Amino acid sequence: MDLADGFTAIFVSLGAFFFFAGWVGLVRFPDSLSRLHALSKADNLGLGLVIIGLMPQASWPFGMLKLVALWLLGVLIGGATAQMLAGAIHLDDGREPPGGNGDFARRTSEAGRNNEPGAAH
Amino acid sequence: MTEAQIYGICGAGLVGIGLYGAILGRSALRRLLAFNLMGSGVFLVFGAIARRGGIVDGTLSDPVPQALVITGLVVAFAATALAVALLIRLAAVDREEAPPSAEPGSADAPSVATTPSAGSPSAGTSP
Amino acid sequence: MPEIPLPDPRWADLPLAFAVLGLALWLTLTRGDRAAVIGFTGYGLLVAVAWVRLGSVDVALTEAALGGGLMGVLLLTAVARLGSDIDQPRPSLPGDLLIGLLCLGVAAGLAVVVLGLPSSPPSLVAAVEDHQAATELGNPVAAVLIAFRAVDTLLESVVLALAVIVLWSFGADRAWEARPRALDFGEPSPALVLLARLLPPVGLIVGVHLFWTGADHPGGPFQGGAVLAAMALLVWLARLGRPPPVTDGFTRLGIVVGPLMFLLIGLAGVVLAGAFLGYPDAFTKPLILLIEAAKTLSVAVALALLVAGPPALSGALSMRRTGSTETGAKA
Repeated sequence: MDLADGFTAIFVSLGAFFFFAGWVGLVRFPDSLSRLHALSKADNLGLGLVIIGLMPQASWPFGMLKLVALWLLGVLIGGATAQMLAGAIHLDDGREPPGGNGDFARRTSEAGRNNEPGAAH
Repeated sequence: MTEAQIYGICGAGLVGIGLYGAILGRSALRRLLAFNLMGSGVFLVFGAIARRGGIVDGTLSDPVPQALVITGLVVAFAATALAVALLIRLAAVDREEAPPSAEPGSADAPSVATTPSAGSPSAGTSP
Repeated sequence: MPEIPLPDPRWADLPLAFAVLGLALWLTLTRGDRAAVIGFTGYGLLVAVAWVRLGSVDVALTEAALGGGLMGVLLLTAVARLGSDIDQPRPSLPGDLLIGLLCLGVAAGLAVVVLGLPSSPPSLVAAVEDHQAATELGNPVAAVLIAFRAVDTLLESVVLALAVIVLWSFGADRAWEARPRALDFGEPSPALVLLARLLPPVGLIVGVHLFWTGADHPGGPFQGGAVLAAMALLVWLARLGRPPPVTDGFTRLGIVVGPLMFLLIGLAGVVLAGAFLGYPDAFTKPLILLIEAAKTLSVAVALALLVAGPPALSGALSMRRTGSTETGAKA
């Protein structure tokens, strides 16, 4: 195990610890929204640490760039999915999501209701 | 114990669990899930055999069982998609044939004699 | 830096195998259907990691894409439409235990077979390596799929096309001209619309790259086609586009082009190379790539249509969660 492997071991373990912390939040927090918050924050941080830890194992430049692209995709999808879940939790509890669904969504879904695929700009 | 043996035993366990769920699953969808578990277990046993071939020859894994498993995964997915569509269609047909008061606002008139409704609902639940 | 030896990776296999078995047991016994389906998606991803540990990265990619991703969408659609109807009562405890013991017996028998396999196993690795150079492919699994067991792959492409046809036959007769509606779930969340605008270009590149790189590295037409199908599903779920009706000519062409190209090149091989699906020496790699490109397109179209479901009239499919027919979709 040389320096690169040691770096990987330390950072991936830190990332795993944050995933574990997210799981603790999932189990211990009282309601769905706070659990979602804990999970998404901790998972994003854990993913970032794991990607940093994997950097020495990747080839320069494209292997590392692919890892960074993976991380960016993970952050984007994680954030959007958390938003969707939070909206669903609000609707489940019988209330509108705070801030509504936005004019943008209304325009998009009106176009969908008029069945114009892609008409929503 | 090599990893091939570990995952081979894991696959064997999955076949047992899937069989239990396929027999005793509460709804058709659960039995479908259990059937997929059984398939997944069988594929893992294939993978163990591929890995054993690889260990002997110094490479990672024998490519022929891998190709068979890839083919099997795609066909299993297609079969699951068909089973899901069948279940949804059976539920829709059952609703149409139910008394009209049960489902207000249903757009389809109960004149679906043209579609073969598979005799009885249970015919569609066996995977 | 002191020389610390790396731990044996098999120490990670035991927890992973236990996690897979535990998750499978949980999702068989848990109450809610939706929880079971979500657990099944997670199970698929754990099994994908197990496949990497078994050295089969191609299978891991396929399992993650099909068994985890697409199957998850399919089953969640089913749960949303079907609800949690219990149609089979739980047997009495002795009956339950008896069935459990019998299943345990089956599992134990299979485990004994796995452990009792001969210690010097037959292996086709050397045979594949000897002949792989003729196909000019660097990935042995791709060589097996497209050259050494090409008939299996041809038949599988045909099976996918047939599956789509059978799926379409499940629609009501009077709905034949309509579009598939299994993915119609009402107003999409704005976050979903954002994803459906940002991800498909990326997914297109990733899918085509997976197909292209499958010649020499893990990947191939199935994995690439699954990613492309997932992007189409994302667009349909966000209502930025709709699944094509059954009667659409381009869709039918897309389903058929893969198996047809494969069949035609195979038949041409009878004349040019002396055997069905024989590839003439001069054109081996270009022909293989042509077949795989057509197959990627067909696999993508077929997988997306399999999840989109049979054609249905508006209001025919209900959302069991709210217990009423959905109101979002109009004809």
